Amino acid sequence: MTAAPVPTLATPVPVPLDVERLRSDFPILGQPVRGKPLVYLDNAATSQKPQVVIDAVTRFYASENANIHRGVHFLSERATLAYDAVREKVARFLNAGSAREIIFTRGTTESINLVAQSFGRAVLRPGDEVLITGMEHHSNIVPWQLVCEQTGARLRAIPITDTGELDLEAFDRLLGERTRLLALAHLSNALGTINPVRDLVARAHARGIPVLVDGAQSAPHLGVDLQALDCDFFACSGHKMFGPTGVGVLYGREALLERMPPWQGGGDMIASVTLERSTWAPVPAKFEAGTPMIAEVIGLGAAVDYLSAVGLTAVAAWEHELLAVASQRVGDIEGVRLVGTAPAKASVLSFVMEGVHPHDIGTVLDDEGIAIRAGHHCAQPVMQRFGVPATARASFAAYNTLEEVDALVRGLRRVRQVFG
Amino acid sequence: MSLNELYQNVILEHNRSPRNYRSMDDTDRKAEGHNPLCGDQLTVWVRVNDDVIQDASFQGSGCAISRASASLMTSAVKGRTRREAEELFRRFHRLVTGTLEPAEAETLGKLAVFSGVSEFPIRVKCASLSWHTLKAALDAPGHTVSTE
Ligand SMILES: Cc1ncc(COP(=O)(O)O)c(C=O)c1O
Repeated sequence: MTAAPVPTLATPVPVPLDVERLRSDFPILGQPVRGKPLVYLDNAATSQKPQVVIDAVTRFYASENANIHRGVHFLSERATLAYDAVREKVARFLNAGSAREIIFTRGTTESINLVAQSFGRAVLRPGDEVLITGMEHHSNIVPWQLVCEQTGARLRAIPITDTGELDLEAFDRLLGERTRLLALAHLSNALGTINPVRDLVARAHARGIPVLVDGAQSAPHLGVDLQALDCDFFACSGHKMFGPTGVGVLYGREALLERMPPWQGGGDMIASVTLERSTWAPVPAKFEAGTPMIAEVIGLGAAVDYLSAVGLTAVAAWEHELLAVASQRVGDIEGVRLVGTAPAKASVLSFVMEGVHPHDIGTVLDDEGIAIRAGHHCAQPVMQRFGVPATARASFAAYNTLEEVDALVRGLRRVRQVFG
Repeated sequence: MSLNELYQNVILEHNRSPRNYRSMDDTDRKAEGHNPLCGDQLTVWVRVNDDVIQDASFQGSGCAISRASASLMTSAVKGRTRREAEELFRRFHRLVTGTLEPAEAETLGKLAVFSGVSEFPIRVKCASLSWHTLKAALDAPGHTVSTE
């Protein structure tokens, strides 16, 4: 007898999003900014927080606070259980094979640094190569530069095409004998491109090369199935997925984590310590030295529950609609050029306007209560590739509306007026 | 605070057609300025003779505030001594950070159009980048300065 298929994140949710209801869960969205209703389109930088997440953090401090994994008392036991329950939750949310493969970190940046300094430093030899792409966030570039400098390895990057996609022919050429790791973004924060990660993982694995996926942008927008992606490491940040700042996740394949040396030393990550030597706790504790961000992890748990209840499939579908309408309408404005026009895109609309610096676009929009980002988005190589000093970027979340896209378009027309 | 006070017509006009927008190859007093936050980047050249700034120019990319500031600055410092230029920068900086007395603002001449910047703290760096770069060109030619 075959068991009924377990619904996964990829299972379509029949009900479309009730965006108005969703918005009412986010107290900040009701707040006027500069006398206008807030139009928050800077979600790629950080998302807003629903009341349930705010409440979870407040409740923890008001009635549950204690340190974990060390007290014998009631509160400590409860806090420990709550903390470890979030690990299970995150493992289910990302469909990891086991909660032992989930390490809590401060965020994507720390997750990648952990892999670079633990895995990278142990594995890389002079002349070895780490392969990244030309569309990475600085946090998936600089940690590799650091470890390459420490080990004598070499950092190489897959170029991107004019539409902002990976050049797959170059990828096949660059994936070589000396490649020891491929590290790439799932969803580009500067271009919005969704990379064909599953396929690239398969190609890397065919050569025995492990893959790290930077999921800072994909975790909140695409619905991630780690077992299907089959990557070896995956990093994401709580604050971009309706959770608190200061907490993130590193997924690592258990067999790899077992072989990796600890990254930081301290309490909680040891099995035993003498003044001569220490032995390590099993994973994931081996990688969580010191008192972790307990309240933030609890808040992340609430965010994951919230996102799961809303349903990533419905979120992705709605954001796709917002992005499609916005791309069309913003792209039609005189003098606007979209930066990043890959067929597979999500949630991010980067653009430049002839004769107007992105910063000035940002300031005029801000005057209308519209929050976007202007700058290089911590992806300077992308800016260099497209020959622009900066772009303006509107990035969407599930609570955004078509009326807000209207407001953006009206705001951009005003920018045109101001700058003639 | 209205947007019109930030983007005064003089600023918009200097953004569109900046003055002294050229390189100078007959001087070694040149410095580069960066604002890593927004990717602004500009080069300032000065020619000094007998401690008097004979000529000043700039090139680079930046927002309207930073371009207009560089344009008006290069015009304002010509014919001034280094000390006078530095004093002008001190007053200008107090203007854009909102700590200058209104009476003093009048002594700034055209530069007073940047008074609106003080209401937009994030743009102070844009307005002062060219001045920091000028100072670097005067102090240590060939230097690079950063507003971070
Ligand atoms: C693709 C990508 N990677 C990494 C990061 C870094 O995330 P964090 O700053 O939360 O560590 C970001 C955040 O902007 C991002 O968009």
